[in-house]
Amino acid sequence: MILEGKKQIWSDYQKEIADDRYFYVRSCVRQNFFPGSETAFLRIMQQELGKDIYEHPHHTTCSGIGYHSDVVPFDTTMTIVARQFSLMTEAGYKNLVPSCITSFGLYTEILETWKHFPHEEEKVRNYLRKATGREFEKPENLAHASDVIFKFRKEIAFKAKHKLINQQTGEPLKVVEHIGCHYAKMFPDKGVGGAEYPYVLAGMVEEWGGEVIDYPERRHCCGFGFRQYLVQANRGYSIACSQKKFESMKLYKPDLIITNCPGCPMFLDRWQYAIAEMEGVTYGENGMGIPVFTYEEVAGLVLGYDPWDLGLQVHQVSCEPVLDKIGIEYDPEKKYDGPYGKKIGKPELPFNLKCC
Amino acid sequence: MGKLYDKLMTDVRFREGLKACINCGTCTAICPAATFYNYDPRQIADTVQWNDDAQIEALLKSETIWYCGECMSCKTRCPRGNTPGLIIASLRTLSQKEGYFVESEKGRQQLAVKRTVGEWILDYGYCLYAEKILPEMHPEQGPVWEWESKHLPDVFNRLGANYKGNGPGILRKIPQESLDELKAIFDVTGGTDFYETIEKYSSVKAQELGLELKEKGIESEYIGHIYTTNNQSHNKA
Repeated sequence: MILEGKKQIWSDYQKEIADDRYFYVRSCVRQNFFPGSETAFLRIMQQELGKDIYEHPHHTTCSGIGYHSDVVPFDTTMTIVARQFSLMTEAGYKNLVPSCITSFGLYTEILETWKHFPHEEEKVRNYLRKATGREFEKPENLAHASDVIFKFRKEIAFKAKHKLINQQTGEPLKVVEHIGCHYAKMFPDKGVGGAEYPYVLAGMVEEWGGEVIDYPERRHCCGFGFRQYLVQANRGYSIACSQKKFESMKLYKPDLIITNCPGCPMFLDRWQYAIAEMEGVTYGENGMGIPVFTYEEVAGLVLGYDPWDLGLQVHQVSCEPVLDKIGIEYDPEKKYDGPYGKKIGKPELPFNLKCC
Repeated sequence: MGKLYDKLMTDVRFREGLKACINCGTCTAICPAATFYNYDPRQIADTVQWNDDAQIEALLKSETIWYCGECMSCKTRCPRGNTPGLIIASLRTLSQKEGYFVESEKGRQQLAVKRTVGEWILDYGYCLYAEKILPEMHPEQGPVWEWESKHLPDVFNRLGANYKGNGPGILRKIPQESLDELKAIFDVTGGTDFYETIEKYSSVKAQELGLELKEKGIESEYIGHIYTTNNQSHNKA
């Protein structure tokens, strides 16, 4: 498709994203695997953009992973989500911002279900009242955290200390953008740019100086598949999906992968390690992997945050090749430090995958 | 005719997921599971729309309904607005309610999911909980996770977490009154009954297979069996 055509499609799928006063709900995967990303998101929102963003200490999982692996019934999940809405109402907020794509997709699915089946909403209101005595208002605006960063991508670019440009060649970095399936595949009009040509990450990459790679398996799932990863016997599904993407993107020699779903960066990172150890195949330069980042990590790097404050050390694929290309300074000796410089050892090196 | 179909029709996801399948196969073409498993979502949508209980019962006992990854790519592309992924979700729910899930290798795995993610939700308020994600069960997580697992408080707090602390923040301790509300929600909405149903049928199957199954935890022969067994008959050649 010609570029103008794509731009037309993107313009057809613009969504309303609230400007301020957000109620933030965290991600189970991100808290466990990429906690630095949520820290960076709040730092950007509060310190760089001066926004009011609130987290209620009593919010919990939305149960989405349990729901999509089919052990938690839909009624239960809807009522847990209704409880999150109740906490938002109680705190005086109307704009809900989930950190997680599974949560975002689920909140969207539930609100749409209630629109088409109003008795389901009434049923859930009764369930929640009976279980907790709570009432709730539905959010006026629902936006994923990546939507919010997309909205303020120009403000971030204005404050940027670095650009996504190779300092040695002067060329834009070649970036693979990977969108979580539940961002817009279920409800295309709820995502910036829709499902076929989502622009939420592409917009950030372009604004911050990089160049987005269009490759055949761009929209293929990372392979989480919920029960397909959770149960060891099924993980062949998961690694095969990621491998399909790597094989498709490798011809374009990407400098990095940027993601907006909590699970995707974990799988695209870890399965590169597993493929390297199982088959001796690597997809980055010089026996290394292709570094995989969350959009908060990329935003943080652009803003000049310390890579180790962002948590890039908890990725299995080393990030240093990208840092070197952008010209970001870092102290290798501090990479695996604990709080306040406490020395806590460091991971062993893999057998095949080259790491720094 | 119709008894199981009628039960499916009580699930809004089934009603929303199945309008009228024209057997075009677009869902199968886009489906990640269909590239890996012997799996054809088109066939499933077509089978259920015949409203034939014998065929639906066979599906509920089959391996095939457990192959989907619920990525919902099928939703985007179906020219008739069907969502095979939602049909699958409703079939899986009914399979567990009726106890048919233990008749397939992939279906039996539901107990492993219930004993891990399912219980972490109620015990901790999170679907995943780092100290339960053991490197020996997750070799693919690599040496970085192995290192992290030995230093969870230091790694998390270095990255701005409030690990097991009070108040807001990453991996905070979810207050007991919130966990109590989650449990009450499970009790009122059928979540607790659903967990007990998975346990009940799994216990019978474990006895049938002669494998030991403890009442709690994952240290049982049966859990080890369902978590790791793969008879290698599921994939495309």
